[in-house]
Amino acid sequence: MVSQLPLLSTLIWLPVLGGLLVFLLGDRRAGAAKILALAISVVTFALSVQLYAGIDQGSAAMQFVELVPWLPAFNINYSLGVDGISVALILLTAFTTVLVLMGSWHSIENRAHQYFAAMLVLEGLMIGVFSALDAMLFYIFFEGMLIPMFIIIGIWGGPRRIYASIKFFLYTFLGSVFMLIGLIYLYLKSGSFDLALWADLPLNASEQMWLFFAFLAAFSVKVPMVPVHTWLPDAHVEAPTGGSVILAAIMLKIGGYGFLRFSLPIVPDASQEWAWLVIALSLVAVVYIGFVALVQEDMKKLIAYSSIAHMGFVTLASFIVFSMVRADGNLEGARLSLQGGMVQMISHGFISGAMFSCVGVLYDRMHSRMIKDYGGVINTMPWFAGFFVLFAMANAGLPGTSGFVGEFMVIIASFQAHPLIAFFAAVTLVLGAAYTLWMVKRVIFGDVANRHVAELTDINAREAWMLGLFAVGVIALGVYPKPLVDLMDAPIAALVDHLVQTKL
Amino acid sequence: MTAPAFNPADLHVILPELFICAAAFTLLMTDLFIDARRRALIHFLAIAVLASAVLLTVRDMVPETVTAFSGMFVRDIAGDVLKIGIYAVTAFAFIYAKPYLSERGLFKSEFYVLCLFAVLGMMLMVSAGNLTVLYLGLELLALSSYGLVAFDRDNPRASEAAMKYFVLGAIASGLLLYGMSMLYGATGSLQIEAIHAASGLTAAPMMFTLGVVFVLAGIAFKLGAVPFHMWLPDVYQGAPTAVTAFIASAPKMAAFAMAYRLLESASGTAAGDWIPLVAGLSAMSLVLGNLMGLVQASFKRLLAYSTISHVGFLLLGFVGGGAGGYAASMFYAISYGIMAVAAFGSLILLSRAGFEADDIDGFRGLWSKSPGYAFLILFVIASLAGIPPFLGFFAKLQVIQAALVGGYQWLAILAVVSAVVGAFYYLKLIRAMFFEKSEAEPAEINADMHLRAAFAVNASALLLLGIFSNSLLSWCLRAFPSG
Repeated sequence: MVSQLPLLSTLIWLPVLGGLLVFLLGDRRAGAAKILALAISVVTFALSVQLYAGIDQGSAAMQFVELVPWLPAFNINYSLGVDGISVALILLTAFTTVLVLMGSWHSIENRAHQYFAAMLVLEGLMIGVFSALDAMLFYIFFEGMLIPMFIIIGIWGGPRRIYASIKFFLYTFLGSVFMLIGLIYLYLKSGSFDLALWADLPLNASEQMWLFFAFLAAFSVKVPMVPVHTWLPDAHVEAPTGGSVILAAIMLKIGGYGFLRFSLPIVPDASQEWAWLVIALSLVAVVYIGFVALVQEDMKKLIAYSSIAHMGFVTLASFIVFSMVRADGNLEGARLSLQGGMVQMISHGFISGAMFSCVGVLYDRMHSRMIKDYGGVINTMPWFAGFFVLFAMANAGLPGTSGFVGEFMVIIASFQAHPLIAFFAAVTLVLGAAYTLWMVKRVIFGDVANRHVAELTDINAREAWMLGLFAVGVIALGVYPKPLVDLMDAPIAALVDHLVQTKL
Repeated sequence: MTAPAFNPADLHVILPELFICAAAFTLLMTDLFIDARRRALIHFLAIAVLASAVLLTVRDMVPETVTAFSGMFVRDIAGDVLKIGIYAVTAFAFIYAKPYLSERGLFKSEFYVLCLFAVLGMMLMVSAGNLTVLYLGLELLALSSYGLVAFDRDNPRASEAAMKYFVLGAIASGLLLYGMSMLYGATGSLQIEAIHAASGLTAAPMMFTLGVVFVLAGIAFKLGAVPFHMWLPDVYQGAPTAVTAFIASAPKMAAFAMAYRLLESASGTAAGDWIPLVAGLSAMSLVLGNLMGLVQASFKRLLAYSTISHVGFLLLGFVGGGAGGYAASMFYAISYGIMAVAAFGSLILLSRAGFEADDIDGFRGLWSKSPGYAFLILFVIASLAGIPPFLGFFAKLQVIQAALVGGYQWLAILAVVSAVVGAFYYLKLIRAMFFEKSEAEPAEINADMHLRAAFAVNASALLLLGIFSNSLLSWCLRAFPSG
């Protein structure tokens, strides 16, 4: 029976409608609501695994396609479909949501069922973003996500949550309205919102330039790239743990995904022309933001800046391909680069999610995120310290963890583009190690810093499961990334082939 | 021209109008003979009248245009759809008004009678085939509105608002009438179709253009487009909220129809002259409406400035022109009517005897008290801000597209940027409801069950009509057959 349901629609609407149900269960049955929410997220994850099992990995075509006319007057369709790239991100989304709900079990006190409901709605909308084949449908999911996230930060966040939530909303909204105009323009040009059609739509140089910047406005805010990154540290710091995890692990990836789905295929020539800008900004993110991370005193802020630096790799990987494809005909290198960028996205999803969850575990006990309030945590929380050090190592790009794989691929690829780019990109290995390990040293190791640390209790079974599952992801991907690479190979090869041709 | 003969079949065409007119008089008389305690009867009768009007209008709906009284009256799909929208929004306004008026000792049947006369005026505007009919409809609406604004006559603010409304409204009517007289002078006819036909051949093209400019100024006054918007915030704030809910919502649909009949049907040949002017009005409304909204503490004033910016959006459809542009504007007008009545409904929902939720403070802490209603109000605000998947987004999508079709890229960009500015003050409301705690007692929901249920329907409609906007959209497109 399950196989007869439209799988993608189920993946989108089960969490959304389930979230509504959880909301309606109300405060009095908060316990039941939480269990229901977790059950829904587990079922969603199980269904997303079906997606992985059912997809034909050799094909770059969109699969599990659903097409229902929605607004025929404007040729807007409810059109869904996935390829390997989308499947990887959907798996990440469904997996992370389960862990987020587990992690938030006790840390949210005020109307927890609504928090769980918001998380489920958010999950459905994010899966929608990753499976939309119609640009307007994509935009609607893309924007629709803002409201639940805005509410999650604003209601359950820290002391400066109001400022952070409004900043988050306005930044993202401002970026995406330009994209909206770009999408309407493309519709008027092509008579359709079909992304596949747009990829083959001839566009002249100035049209491509305007569209490129419209897309850049939307996605650079989301990734975020320097200099429009300033909403992220605020949003991350003020959001509740679960919100930070979702933001870092999935929402940022939507920016990178957008570059792959919109900027590269639709406006390849403008992307080539302006690649230097994106590459420069990415390197600034990698190097400069790395230094900024070094001086942070707030753990969440440090991880937030580290996210910006790591996402710099993704944007770098997406845009160095042009010098290889167009100038040298080096398709191998381009594929490696995009693969690396995608692996980096997935890996960063695990690592940043795990790091924020670790901070959340500490915060639940001490109600502080300041590095100086900690010290010698390993003495009282040995299990926790083990996990934290593992994730920190992954964040620093230690071989054997997922953090290494993506960064290494991107650095090798960028060396083929230009050695200087590779040099700056490789700086992250030093800087990443510096800021992460220095934080670990100050928080985890050393003597017990104060009375509060001495009273800490180690993680319980629930937290152990949550961190353990993250750890499985980090190590599995680090030791054996082949299934992930194979999954994304066909669509990435097709994208690179597409980039060879100019649209002018 | 032969003398127009009276054709009894014409009465059939104006059946809904006759019905509303008769019903308004009947309600006025009924009130004289019933006990004051039974006045709720008038309320339910008025809603029943609107429901029957929907049935009457739907019953005779035909795809082709029907004219009556030698072309004085035009009945087409656009008119019928707008009329149904007007009935529906007015019915919501009635349900919202009852608890509000009762709690303040204002529950009188004159409210319903005046509103029904205003509805009649709107219907005439919507279906006018002749400048005289259009003007009569407008004046019927305007005079009823002046009376409604002054409904709470012991309140100096309301009286002041009514006075301003009256004086400025009279000026606007004067401008409009003056413009109409020039159109007549240039073309020799008051029939809208005849004006259109003659406008290309007129011996006095300058007079015709000048007439169009005056007409446009009158329309801008009525819509509340910058720089003719001064009356709007004061009237919205001064009038009792129940009245504001009515005059802010349904008349916008009629104003759209008036603008369409005058600008496109009558003077479409001069589009090259008026489109840049409309673009200017739209741009100024978008910028000023959104910027001024930022600094308002009063929710009613905030909604007034939000209205101004929405008018800017509505006019984008006229800038785009063509069947698609007018359909987009019509969609916008109907969507805005539904959103506006819901927005003022939320104000009434939060006010109770002795307490007006006039300030944003009135919304503070609502989420902690009643999260369900807080989320419903969130729907309304998100729809006003134009966030998908709510109705307001689809309305904005269409008018922006119309502007791009018309080649007004700069205006489309201005529109979306001002929408972001506007989002900031809508977020202020969400913030007050969800994120802030009230120092005083938190906001409370009015106990009236009808009000609650109607508001829930109205707010959910914004989500559902957004997701299933195709039905409304296809009606709007059918109203303006292309070519």
